[in-house]
Amino acid sequence: MTTAAASTAAIVLEMRDLSVSFPTETGTVSAVDGVSLDLAAGEIVGMVGESGCGKSVTGMSIAGLLPGSARVSGSVRLNGTELVGARESALRRVRGREIAYIFQEPMTSLNPVLTVGRQIGEVLQIHERMSRRAARVRAIDLLTLVGIPSAAHRVDAYPHQLSGGMRQRVMIAMAVACGPKVLVADEPTTALDVTVQAGILQVLRDLRDRLGTSILIITHDLGVIADIADRVVVMYAGRVVERAPITDLFAHPYHRYTAGLLSASPKPGRHASTTRLAEIPGLVPVLSTQPDACTFADRCPAADARCRDSAPPLEVARGGPDHLAACWHPCATQTQEANR
Amino acid sequence: MTSQPNALEIEDLVMHFGPVRAVDGVSLTIAAGRVTALVGESGSGKSTVGRCVVRLVEPTAGVVRIAGTDVTHLSRRQLRPHRDAVSIVFQDPAASLDPRMLVGEIVAEPLRLAGRRVPRREREARVAPQLERVGLRAEVARRYPHELSGGQRQRVSIARALVSEPMLLIADEPTSALDVSVQASVLNLLADLQRDIGFACLFITHDLSAVEYLADDIAVMYLGQLVEKGSRERIFARPAHPYTQALLAAAPVADPVRQRQRQPVLLGDDLPSALDPPSGCRFRTRCPLAFDRCATEVPRQVPIGDGMAACHLVQPDGTGPDVRTADPSEVLS
Repeated sequence: MTTAAASTAAIVLEMRDLSVSFPTETGTVSAVDGVSLDLAAGEIVGMVGESGCGKSVTGMSIAGLLPGSARVSGSVRLNGTELVGARESALRRVRGREIAYIFQEPMTSLNPVLTVGRQIGEVLQIHERMSRRAARVRAIDLLTLVGIPSAAHRVDAYPHQLSGGMRQRVMIAMAVACGPKVLVADEPTTALDVTVQAGILQVLRDLRDRLGTSILIITHDLGVIADIADRVVVMYAGRVVERAPITDLFAHPYHRYTAGLLSASPKPGRHASTTRLAEIPGLVPVLSTQPDACTFADRCPAADARCRDSAPPLEVARGGPDHLAACWHPCATQTQEANR
Repeated sequence: MTSQPNALEIEDLVMHFGPVRAVDGVSLTIAAGRVTALVGESGSGKSTVGRCVVRLVEPTAGVVRIAGTDVTHLSRRQLRPHRDAVSIVFQDPAASLDPRMLVGEIVAEPLRLAGRRVPRREREARVAPQLERVGLRAEVARRYPHELSGGQRQRVSIARALVSEPMLLIADEPTSALDVSVQASVLNLLADLQRDIGFACLFITHDLSAVEYLADDIAVMYLGQLVEKGSRERIFARPAHPYTQALLAAAPVADPVRQRQRQPVLLGDDLPSALDPPSGCRFRTRCPLAFDRCATEVPRQVPIGDGMAACHLVQPDGTGPDVRTADPSEVLS
């Protein structure tokens, strides 16, 4: 239902042809290559990929959090305002108020010597020019919103006095303090246990439902994606290789990498005595320049000369208006391929 | 097969680190050639059990028998002849391989420590089949760990662990630091090796999908104690303990249609401290079905088939409520 709503809802964030590279001692490393992505109001988009595929760099570029050495090209527009190349002072007004970012590890992103109330309050004092007292009252509301019991007490707690799940809830409270339009959640549950993860995902869903926040959730965990995302973007070696509504992607993956990823994780009810997990041979390439070829070709069972000569555009394989894959040889009988 | 001793017997194992009661009375047996998964959340004490078994720490109390020998309080020298019987693979292969040693030296190290000196020119011949067995080329012996990928390093760890042909392998989160596609190849490798060589395995993990794929039996740990034991089939089909049920309900399945039909069981975030565990049943502070008796009385272990569940609500015939479907008010009235 949300998927249908999303396709008609206003586009809040528009990313076009974003490329990011970093100069290193051994030459330039291309981290993101021509990523385009839309985020509609109230939509949860999942970005999935393995380490080094560029998903975190993409997320950080939205919030203007890339280090100064990063070379960025392309466009990221928030409600029409260009963020790429914007001045730091302009970004500072956007960050926190319009776009918020949640990091993976809540312990290292919270200040250990300030109470959580002070840290949430600081955001409100800076962006909303609230008094310290008003900010404290609002902080208690926010802690309640993210499901922290006895928030009036916890507001005076220091981060070390809270469990990992509670800390991540505090991070979320801080992120949504100013009612951002866009929330980028980078592996928000990876450091947490599954029983705690379920609660955090519920909080994110509630925020979308109650405040209409658009959420980009970055994760390597297909289970998390299956649980929460309306649409999915699959990244490989700096490029988007497939983009689809959630059920389409899992039911009919087009790109060979997506299909490989889906069949690599153990399925319920299967045991090693009867099934073998599908492996993806080879390694993720580290690229100095993005070649004019499919970056997955070296690991792909279906690759031929064409794949090594020209990079397939995202539009090349279509399964309906919203399901695109950058593959010259998309899985033909998709489900069988993926299950084999 | 029947005359073989059990690969591992743990009786009433207790490991306290000062006031921290990391492991508090765990009993577990693994027969030769069986794979038992020890699952639980971080802080449940599952890794500490593994460390006690390989005697990286000396248990506070209890007994650990490996291949029939009590190794609980042996001195380092007395332990040495028994070291061959058990090996461990750690979560982070980058941290558990000596960066200054060649892969060949790393894999041959257990042989050297067992007093079987391997001359350098023989080493390669001894190590090559070990590397091939884990899917690495023999040339890898002349490389350093930093030259390898995460998955290749974990293969080196596995080769090192198996070089002494142990009866028991402790695998402590062997795939958790790896990417999904690499995890698959390491899980396949462990399954192949286990089937071909037939070692027993204590597979310590929080990844329930890997457990279902690899394990024969499952032991579920919560705050230093086992709350349930049983066969893989039984635990996944009919988990008896509310914690096991909640854990299975919380792990998302990579299928959006099925995942969205499932009822989440929300437990709350606060795992109690192992410094001062709750009275009675340790799970009661997060259990949706807890009632008065849970605070005052430690639940007895109700036998279910070959396993057990430690919960007041589990009946003598092994049946009980399911937190995934039960309405707490009805169960307790």
